[in-house]
Amino acid sequence: MSKDEKDVETLGKELRAKTMKVLGRSMAIREVDAGSCNACEVEVNSLTSSIYDIERFGLHIVASPRHADALLVTGPVTRNMEVPLLKTYEAAPSPRIVIAMGACAISGGIFKDCYACNEGVSEFLPVDVLIPGCPPRPQAIIQGIMVALEKLESRKRGASCQK
Amino acid sequence: MMPGPMNELVEDLPSILASSVVSSSLEANHLQIEVRKDALAGMAAHMIGHCHAWLISEHAADLRERDGTFHIYVIFALPKGDGIITVMSKVDGSDPSYRSLTPDIYAANWFEREMMEGFGLLPSGHPDLRPLRLYDSWPSGVYPMRKDFDPSVPVPRVPTGYEFRHVEGEGIFEIPVGPVHAGVIEPGHFRFSVAGEPVINLEVRMGYVHKGIEKLSESLPYPRGVMLSERISGDNGFTHSLAYCQAIESIAGADVPERARYLRTAFSEMERIYNHMGDIGGIALDTAFGVGAQMAYVLRERMLSLNERITGSRFLRSVNCIGGVRKDIDMSGKRSISTELIGLKLDFDDLVGMMTEMPSLLDRVETTGMLSDDAAKNLNVVGPIARASGIDRDTRRDHPYAAYKDLSFSVPLYREGDVYARMMVKIEEVLESISLIEQAMDRMPEGQLCAKVVDVQAGRIGMSLTETHRGEAMHWVMSGEGRPWRHKVRDPSFLNWPAIEVAVMGNIVPDFPVINKSFNLSYSGNDL
Repeated sequence: MSKDEKDVETLGKELRAKTMKVLGRSMAIREVDAGSCNACEVEVNSLTSSIYDIERFGLHIVASPRHADALLVTGPVTRNMEVPLLKTYEAAPSPRIVIAMGACAISGGIFKDCYACNEGVSEFLPVDVLIPGCPPRPQAIIQGIMVALEKLESRKRGASCQK
Repeated sequence: MMPGPMNELVEDLPSILASSVVSSSLEANHLQIEVRKDALAGMAAHMIGHCHAWLISEHAADLRERDGTFHIYVIFALPKGDGIITVMSKVDGSDPSYRSLTPDIYAANWFEREMMEGFGLLPSGHPDLRPLRLYDSWPSGVYPMRKDFDPSVPVPRVPTGYEFRHVEGEGIFEIPVGPVHAGVIEPGHFRFSVAGEPVINLEVRMGYVHKGIEKLSESLPYPRGVMLSERISGDNGFTHSLAYCQAIESIAGADVPERARYLRTAFSEMERIYNHMGDIGGIALDTAFGVGAQMAYVLRERMLSLNERITGSRFLRSVNCIGGVRKDIDMSGKRSISTELIGLKLDFDDLVGMMTEMPSLLDRVETTGMLSDDAAKNLNVVGPIARASGIDRDTRRDHPYAAYKDLSFSVPLYREGDVYARMMVKIEEVLESISLIEQAMDRMPEGQLCAKVVDVQAGRIGMSLTETHRGEAMHWVMSGEGRPWRHKVRDPSFLNWPAIEVAVMGNIVPDFPVINKSFNLSYSGNDL
């Protein structure tokens, strides 16, 4: 087992413990490409390959925002993706976590000054977690999702207090 | 009749076209002809019909500041030899219209729609004048590629409409898919019209990830442009940035060191392998062969981490620079590559053996998503898709760059034009790539990595073609002061997307994912 794979194993165990504690089940994530160059998508897809195999750690990439606990958004949010992104967000049940993944999603990245681009996801949605990188490595994505779980936990606690 | 040397090509023009030639010049393998605007369409039709040339690009540049005109460049590649022909016409700024090429050359369709919304150049006689990317509440009369457009001023939103093609009749249903898809892929909209299961019409609407890369590039100094070109289409960032670097190097007349040429070749092929692995895995996954898919994804991951070990980036980013490369492969790097490739080849052979003999998989891929060679020719497709439909085109062989001229490789060719053929082309290309990397490692001479490029003169044109894993990419740069005056990017996907509409026809909806996967087109590269 290489060092990278060991890192993933350690991270994964931590992740599994956390998902069980916070949700008592797997965490469902819906990925939304809001204008990325597709390298972020390659990395998210890498997570599901059997080297990382994040499903064993309780992380499930789902087909519909209706099933999602969190949205993983990539890209600077192009003009043509503004409406689809908002619609996807509205379709996800609350409490929902928004994760901005990659330099573009965080700040617009290199595309910040383009005429058909915005400066990242936070212009449209309340962003909870930032995962830096261009693109972030798979390990970084797992790390970011753990932070998202912590946020989800505190949000849930907040919601139950209000009741 | 095949044309002789390029000069004869001008002499042999029919008299009506010859009389419209304003000037012509030949530099190395590049013939440039300027014609009057009214003869542009005729000249282009002659290049395709008589010389059997391939259309590489049709694009414009705004030179109204200099001579009051827009320049339209139509670029062709000759089928034999590495000749490139540029036909140029000036279109007066006060009357921005010209005769459309599309009625004669279908492949010009999207190019002319792109020029129309970018520059406001009206192609008269064009059958479909809907916007290509700026359809969503974009005000009319705002042309972002013109020089007087200021990208820092936000463009207001106005109500607009977009008409999809409608198929009507008893029992016909429309299925809209996207832009946010079920899988982790890029956004695009597919509108199927189905009669029962079979698809009788598919309309693809792209443009969701349109950012304005070409305009942005005009404001970035050349070294930053390399970074930008790596992010045009992330998974073929290396070959895109290579094309950009080569275009700038050709303007500057830079002499790229031999060692850098070999390294560029090796990195290009490393990029091709991990991408083809992903495609092959995708085909396996969409035909319910999960084991095969995972085998391919493991191999892809192994290539990605090899990239990281050698260059520090899983996507080979920041490796290219103008004048050469930044990363070397030392002795231990070479050993690591050769060990990895030997292991990869063995495992890949296992996978291929399973995939090519599994009846349940073959049943799904054979005769699925057919693209006939006629359709492929007319649509001007490139890359593995063209080579699976019997079109023998490969930029690495036809317009050699980097060190491809010194290495031996064969170009796999299939004629069936179905998913099976595209899968086989990709499988065989992986084996060729492995051999190319090994050859490059063996023959790579010692020496410098990067030549100093200081003088990039303004007002010159540089162009470069590279073969990405999706096919031929073009970068065309007209130089300005320290940055491009105009930078045209043509991703292979821009030529290949219209072909998917044809390939899907008559297939059942559940076969669309596997057809789409066998094409594996870039949305980001197409939308720019």
